[in-house]
This record gives sequence, C-alpha cells and structure tokens, in this order.
Amino acid sequence: MNHFDMEPFLLSFRLAAITTVLLFIFSVPLAWKLSQTRSRSKPFVEALVSMPIVLPPTVLGFYLLVFLSDRSPLGMFLKQVFNLDLVFTFEGILIASCVYSFPFMLQPLQSGMEQVPVRLLEASYALGKSKFKTLLYVILPNIKPSILTGVIITFAHTVGEFGVVLMVGGSIQGETRVASIAIYELVELLDYRTAHIYSLILIAFSFAVLMVVYVLNRRYKALSG
Amino acid sequence: MVVSILKKRLAGADGSFLLETDVKIARGGITAVAGPSGSGKTTFLRMLSGLTSPDEGLLEVDGEVWFRGEAGKKPQLNLTPQQRGVGVVFQGYALFPHMSVMGNLLYASRNREMAEKLLDLIGLQQLKHVKPPNLSGGQKQRVALARALMQQPGFLLLDEPLSALDEQMRALLQDELMKLNRELGVTILIVTHDSSEMYKLCDRVLVFEKGQIVVDTSPRKLFVERATTQKFAFKGEILEIRAVDAVYVAVIAIGNNLVEVVIDSDEKENMLAGDIVVVGTKAFNPTVRKFGAKDFDFSKL
Repeated sequence: MNHFDMEPFLLSFRLAAITTVLLFIFSVPLAWKLSQTRSRSKPFVEALVSMPIVLPPTVLGFYLLVFLSDRSPLGMFLKQVFNLDLVFTFEGILIASCVYSFPFMLQPLQSGMEQVPVRLLEASYALGKSKFKTLLYVILPNIKPSILTGVIITFAHTVGEFGVVLMVGGSIQGETRVASIAIYELVELLDYRTAHIYSLILIAFSFAVLMVVYVLNRRYKALSG
Repeated sequence: MVVSILKKRLAGADGSFLLETDVKIARGGITAVAGPSGSGKTTFLRMLSGLTSPDEGLLEVDGEVWFRGEAGKKPQLNLTPQQRGVGVVFQGYALFPHMSVMGNLLYASRNREMAEKLLDLIGLQQLKHVKPPNLSGGQKQRVALARALMQQPGFLLLDEPLSALDEQMRALLQDELMKLNRELGVTILIVTHDSSEMYKLCDRVLVFEKGQIVVDTSPRKLFVERATTQKFAFKGEILEIRAVDAVYVAVIAIGNNLVEVVIDSDEKENMLAGDIVVVGTKAFNPTVRKFGAKDFDFSKL
C-alpha cells in the first residue's frame, strides 16, 4: 500500500505562495495605516485582525463555511455574479487561509514600520515626497528583516494549516487535499508508511524555513549593528 | 517676506509654556535662532516647515498663506510639508541609511548634474557610494545639507547644522552658506549657539526664551554696540573674596578659567561669594560689577 504522490505538496505550496502574495499586498497599506495612526479604533482593528491566532481553526472554518456557502447572501451573490463557488474549492481555501494567516503577515510589518525613526519620514516629506513614495522608497527598504519574517512565516503557516482547510475545503484530490490533510487521510487509511514520508517532509521543511528566518535575522543584525 | 504669528502650547521641563512667535523675516537674509534648549527654537522651525502644527495663528510666505487657524478649532488652512518645499537639515541628520550618499541626494531630486556639483562642494566625491552609517558625524551633516539643497528650496532651515564640524570645515561651509544666500537668494534660518558664527553669518539674531522671542536685533548690536562701556566684558561667578593687605581680592570663575581681580572696598560691601558679576576693564584696570538686568546673558544663546 503506497499512496505517495507529490500532488498534495504542490497544492500546499501553491496555496501558500498565492496566500503570501495576496496577504503582502493587503497587509502593507494596512500595516502602514496602523503604524501611523493614533486613532482610538486602532486596538479594535488590531484585535480583530489578530483573532485567528487565538481562535480554534474550526471556529474560523465553521463561520467561513457558513458565510461562503451558496445558501448565504454573500455566497449567493458570488455564485450568481462571478460564478464563484467557494466551498470545497481551491478559491475557497485560498480565502480561508488568507483570513487565517493575516496576523502572521500584518504583525511583523506593522512592528517593523513602527520602529522606523519618525525623522526619516519627516525628512522624506520635507523633500516633497508623498506618503506613498515614502512608503515605497524609505519605509519598505528599511524593514527588510520584518518583510522577510512576515513572508516566510506566512508561507510556512499556510503550509501547516489544517483545521480551516478541512472545514472549508474538505479533501478533494487536486483541489483542496493539501499535504496536512493528505496525512490525516493516510492515517485514517492506516497507511503509516506514506504518512511518515509526508510528515517527515513537512518536518524538514518547517525546520529549514525557521532556520532561514533566524540565520537571515542574525546576519542582518550583524550587518546593521 | 515671511510673516509668522503663531502660537503653540509646549510641554517643558517645568510645566507647559506658550510658544509665541510674532516676527517678520525678510526674504534673502540669514537669521540666527538662538536660546537655551527647550525654549522652542526647533518647534519654531518645524512650524515653518509644516512638520509641526501650530495651535493657532497665521503663517504667510510671500503673500501666500501657509497656515491659518483659530484656537481650539481645526486649522482653516495648513499646507503639508510637501506643498511648502522648505529645505530642512535635521539635528540628527536623518539620512536614509539604506541609500548611498549619492542615493540620498538623488532621492531629493533626479538632477545628477547638480548632485555631482554639490558633492564637489562638500568634498565628498570619494564617498558618494558609501552608506550613511559608515560616515563620520561631520560627513553626515554635509550630506544632509547637500540633500536639502538638491530641491533648490527658497527657504533653508538648519537645526545646528555645523555644530559637529571641525573649525576648518565649519568655516568652509559657512562661506558656502553665505554664497548660497547671496547668489541664489536662499533665505536661511539657522539654529546656532556659536556667537562667532552668528556674527560672521547672520544679519539678524532671534533669541528664544521659554517660547518668547526676547531679543530681536543684529549680531553687531548684540555683541559689539552694547550699552556697557567696557571693551572686554566677561560674566563670571565670585568664588571667594579675601583681604590682602589694604585691598580685597576676588577669585572669579569665568568659564573654566579662574582669575584674581582686585576690587575696591566700596564694591566689596555689596559682593559675596556666589554672586554673578561682570568683569571688564576701565582705564587698563580690571573692574568688577554686579551682573544687572541690563546685561545680556550670553550663556542663553
């Protein structure tokens, strides 16, 4: 009995890559806004976005399932207007993992931006540069370690997610059966051998990713310190 | 012409105080802004550049309103720093650490020719590919000055720009600032504590104290044409008065120097150790008199 197949991994990595890109695009403006604002609604937004860290993935998955299903107003709208099915599809788990991994991208970016000295921003404004240009040419290049941390952790976290994907996507081969879910199924099928192979690959991957983050952070600190 | 009638409440070391500026500054001059730290100098400059919002008042530059607002209300008009385009050299340089010296200049303006010219001027051609963390304090200041000049501002605000430089470089940059002022008509406001710099560079001195402009005059009037008759006059503190034969000798600390001055017995009557005095000369003899209200305290520059 050997079900070894690269497909769940390719699916996991594809999901993680697209999630990371989307989250980076959405997180940069929000992190910038949050790092600059003194508004009283800041803690509210921060708490809301950080919810996925503490919520059980099943809770998140359950509500996403309810809201995205074509029996909900939103699901119905998406189905009718864009012909988009979000339950038990790749697009569905993509949205779910974006919600789930949001804080892992947002928080490093925001804390990185908060540490850029205000003087640099003021110098840029005084040179006549807009906030957007300042963000692009002054802020982002100065928070490279934070960007790297956000990107790698988001990617790795998405590869490692299980509960949300299972709730929203189920386990459809080539569509939603990512590596973590494939392992769950293999154990249910008592195919321990393949489960071991899959698991060891994920262990090696996770370790390598974390090593890269720590090594790069160390090197950056040595360079800038 | 700059008309600055601005107010802002500031938090000081001993309670809050009101920064009030009511000055007109003519185009084309070099004005020194002096005063003890925490007296509102930097905030004044920041209000001009748009980096700090005044609480109320009016700021008008060449007939164009840059700020207008009433107390307790949202300002009716408040141009952003970008719209004002004032050149600023910050106290901490504020160079972009990830860009080379050249990169810092080109970020301000894509004018490569001017960047080369300014690099020649500040003598940093050799270091144009170096990043700011690897520069010395004086080099950073020169880059910050060059960067501010890249946008060809009509106004240049300098917050102690020359303090970290050695004498030679300072003199060189002072000459350059004067040249810029003369040839390009750049109006310059410079925070400085150095009286010789004020005298050499500036045509006007504003001294701030607790948010108020307490002196507004020319350096010449401030330093040379003073009410006192002494050619030399130094402020000092009496450390000790002792009797030597028939006269009294006071030991006075002037800065780091201790001097002994003979004082006559009339004066001895109203002087005690710890008094602040002015040591001057009269008919070739040193004289000592009490520091009075009409004396300007130069330690406040």
